[in-house]
Amino acid sequence: MINVDDILETIKMIEEENLDIRTITMGFSLLDCASDDVERSCRKIYDKITKGAERLVKTGEELEATLGIPIINKRISVTPVAMLLAASGGDPLKYAAALERAALATGVNFIGGYSALVHKGFSAGDRELIESIPEALSSTEHLCSSVNVGSTKSGINMDAVKMVGQVITRAARLTADRNCIGAAKFVAFCNAPEDNPFMAGAFHGTGEPDCVINVGVSGPGVVRAALAKAGDCNISQIADIVKKTAFKITRMGQLVGTRASEMLGVPFGIVDLSLAPTPEIGDSVAYILEEMGLEKCGCHGTTACLALLNDAVKKGGVMASSHVGGLSGAFIPVSEDAGMISAADVGALKIEKLEAMTAVCSVGLDMVVIPGDTSEEIISAILADEAAIGMINSKTTAVRLIPAVGKKAGEVIEFGGLLGYAPIMDVSRYSPAKFINRGGRIPAPIQSLKN
Amino acid sequence: MRAVITVVGKDMVGILAKVSGLCARYNANVVEVTQSVLQDMFAMVMLADISQLSVDMPEFSDAMTQLGDSLALSIHVMHEDIFNSMHRI
Repeated sequence: MINVDDILETIKMIEEENLDIRTITMGFSLLDCASDDVERSCRKIYDKITKGAERLVKTGEELEATLGIPIINKRISVTPVAMLLAASGGDPLKYAAALERAALATGVNFIGGYSALVHKGFSAGDRELIESIPEALSSTEHLCSSVNVGSTKSGINMDAVKMVGQVITRAARLTADRNCIGAAKFVAFCNAPEDNPFMAGAFHGTGEPDCVINVGVSGPGVVRAALAKAGDCNISQIADIVKKTAFKITRMGQLVGTRASEMLGVPFGIVDLSLAPTPEIGDSVAYILEEMGLEKCGCHGTTACLALLNDAVKKGGVMASSHVGGLSGAFIPVSEDAGMISAADVGALKIEKLEAMTAVCSVGLDMVVIPGDTSEEIISAILADEAAIGMINSKTTAVRLIPAVGKKAGEVIEFGGLLGYAPIMDVSRYSPAKFINRGGRIPAPIQSLKN
Repeated sequence: MRAVITVVGKDMVGILAKVSGLCARYNANVVEVTQSVLQDMFAMVMLADISQLSVDMPEFSDAMTQLGDSLALSIHVMHEDIFNSMHRI
């Protein structure tokens, strides 16, 4: 029989330490839905998604009940819509409405892929789609959007960086009456992964199969509890504990992913072995860092602790799954993490420190709320900094900033649910406008020349 | 197909009888039982063959949870695969 201690450990992880499967994300290629007529294209998209994902939510619920492990989200990701817009032309918002209808019909929590990949330049449909993002996000509830502005291979498209500053500002303004939620459903990437199951940045890359199941795990609470139980030990031992815990968490993701793929008759893609926090007390990445010995997340030493954590999570997780992908690492979203919120509240965590942390975490500046009067150029420049970190370090970086319309640094914005709440962080007021308005491209770095 | 049923809570008369009674009602065959009582705390782990279950597993799991609620015990039914995958390489 299975060891009783192991059984009780697993139950404790689920009951007390918030262990869960964060998401089962079903990816669809929509390339076969492209048509020269936008209405026809939308109809084909709706039909393909609603038919293919008909049983997704039900299967997730069945798995949850059978295995006894909570599965929080069921989501859909699709081919970047700009590619369909390239073929059809017409009003991009029709695609947003069609995807929203498909999300409602299938009952999923989010649908991602209102996206454009413009890291080297704009092709047909890209500009139109990017310009329509604010309206698309304010007129829908489940749609998520992303833009890839740079990559290690191609450099950074500064024209796109400038556009994204405007998109974020307008998305926040159009949803000012709803806590600027529009900006929270948009993310700008450098080195965007094609198989990411997490929102807001999920889309279905062009190298992916027609349909695929990707799974994102969670579990910061479990890692923290394991470290707390270990008590006084040195850093090597801490890395070992994180690795062992990440292994167990990822095994569960692998099991759920393969089961879901069998039940739905869709190939299994990857497990994204990310530590994804929630605003619940005890489900925080910041608390793991504090458990390692920091008085408050954001103090000196935070970057080192995060680097150790991020690396150990990958080392532990990679052996537990047949295919690892997506973002895989530790997320540091401010509003979604009780420890980050508390650190920002007392002034221990500032945006400059967060930026340094993004060089060693899995993604970037995530769910950071900034004053509503921050200029478009400053937002673009924050993105340019993040993209540069990603480009040079050959890693994914991203920016999900929310300018809180009508609010100032030190005030608080409340999103509710998984998005949590956040104190507004101050940003430098000196202007990067001239740099941003130059346009052009930052050339690909020397790291890109690997052949 | 086997399920692991765990029961944790304050010790009282008849826990084992009630849980195994419910297993019998739904045609789950109890294969193994481990239990211990530490001070007042009762902890039991039961392995049951559920391949001939008379209902589907979510319904069986719900019935167990309800029994647990009525006795102020925490009862979980989980597929054994989750433990095998998590704790065995």
